Amino acid sequence: MRDGGMSEPHDADASRRPLLVVADSLAATYPGSDAPALASVTFELRGGQRLAVLGPNGGGKSTLLRVLSGQLQPSFGKLELPAGRVALVPQTERSRLDFPVSALDVATLGAVARLPWYRRPSRADRALALDALGRVGLADRAHRTYGDLSGGQRQRVLVARALVQDAPLLLLDEPFSGLDAPSRRRLELLLEELAGAGRGLLLATHDLDQARACELVLCLNRVQLAFGEPERALTPQVVERTYGAWLHGTGDPEEQPASPGRTP
Amino acid sequence: MIDWLVEPLRSTVVARALAELLLLGVVSGSLGSWIVLWRLSYSAESLAHGMLPGLVIAALAGVPLVIGGAAGLLVATLAIAAVGRVPRLGSDVAVSVVITTLLGLGVLLGLAPETPAGLDGILFGDVLGVSDGDLALTAAIVAVVLISLALLRPSLVVVGLDRLNAAALGRRPGAVDVALGLLLALATLVAVEDLGNLLVVAMLVGPAAAARLVTRRLTSMMLAATAIAVGASLVGIYASYHARLAAGASVTCALALAYVAALAARRLTAARRSASARA
Repeated sequence: MRDGGMSEPHDADASRRPLLVVADSLAATYPGSDAPALASVTFELRGGQRLAVLGPNGGGKSTLLRVLSGQLQPSFGKLELPAGRVALVPQTERSRLDFPVSALDVATLGAVARLPWYRRPSRADRALALDALGRVGLADRAHRTYGDLSGGQRQRVLVARALVQDAPLLLLDEPFSGLDAPSRRRLELLLEELAGAGRGLLLATHDLDQARACELVLCLNRVQLAFGEPERALTPQVVERTYGAWLHGTGDPEEQPASPGRTP
Repeated sequence: MIDWLVEPLRSTVVARALAELLLLGVVSGSLGSWIVLWRLSYSAESLAHGMLPGLVIAALAGVPLVIGGAAGLLVATLAIAAVGRVPRLGSDVAVSVVITTLLGLGVLLGLAPETPAGLDGILFGDVLGVSDGDLALTAAIVAVVLISLALLRPSLVVVGLDRLNAAALGRRPGAVDVALGLLLALATLVAVEDLGNLLVVAMLVGPAAAARLVTRRLTSMMLAATAIAVGASLVGIYASYHARLAAGASVTCALALAYVAALAARRLTAARRSASARA
């Protein structure tokens, strides 16, 4: 993905892109818990950049997404989202798949984020959603039942929903989990295209290769261990501290990443 | 034939009962669809049973049943919230303990020697006893519930589809829960006098449960549920007039038949589809 020729131009004029996230010493604690789920998170993200948040399960990736999407207040530190709107692309396994709604219905829900509670999405919003489904390559599946689609297709429907939200910043929670190789490649290309068009993308992942393909990486295991360009940030020491238990063979394999990464 | 259909409606009692059931049928089409999709059928049944003591006390005191029912709902809700706080008892345990206690208490009061006859009216309903005032109240509440559900529709889809991430689309699951719960309580309150404490759930949940089996989209589910509820109401009214059966129980049986028919239709299309796939 990095060799695709898209990332170099972004890096060159990165400083001219608008700032989307400024996080300074962020910490977050869930209600009823004493220990922070997340601490010392400091980073910046600009339009056109893809940032991989790398860490093991339970390392605080989802917590960071919840803070950035406004669902959890930071308990410490400063968070600025200069562009305002943020769209979350959750894992599709979290949603009810037996709901009687079409892919188009789900994509249209992106408009709900911009509307007061009593307003329904309009015909124009539906047209926007159909257009967004076209952009993720699902125009022909618009009228299929959402729950009948494959995991990769559902993930792209949720990306389309985020496009309907029209937010400059997209947060994706493990977007590649459970996808087969072609679906995965298809989603990678889509995300690359969105970044190329100036959107900022923040991807939570536990896959090192996925992280290397992004412009920026942030390593998280309850506290932030590193932030920067992958080739500089992903030192062996950082990778070991990120996945410590797994590399030492003491962790529960079920709790650890499926692919800690090949050597590049 | 025409006479068979028209004759019952010459009686204002029957005409009023039919109007009341049709109003309830319309509300159950959309409200019931949300209850089924949100998996709230158990809560719906609990609400209806939990208000029994309130209804019986109102009947004893000669207060309108709606007021007794509302008070009963309030007490049941508070009791469930209180028992739910007991550590290591889940909310479903709280609901079942509170509701069976309240149901027992209601029966105890209703069967006491001092109680005038009429517990069966509270348990099984008396749709033929509907007055013009009842009908007006039902119409008003049905309008409120339908308008609210139409306004809440995007929120109900967002929260129903993915509760955990609803806040990211600006919808608060807790607030939507409360709103849907209130609408369910309102509908139960007006329906309970007609269909009775034990049968009201059939009307609120049955049509949507049957419609769920044969539809693939929200709007068609609601339309099918409304049609089933209206059809069952008609069957119930004519059965009670011509065959001298209890109206509420006839409606309930018609709904059960509709559910069985929907299940058979679904099995049949599934079998045909897999047969054509093999061919």
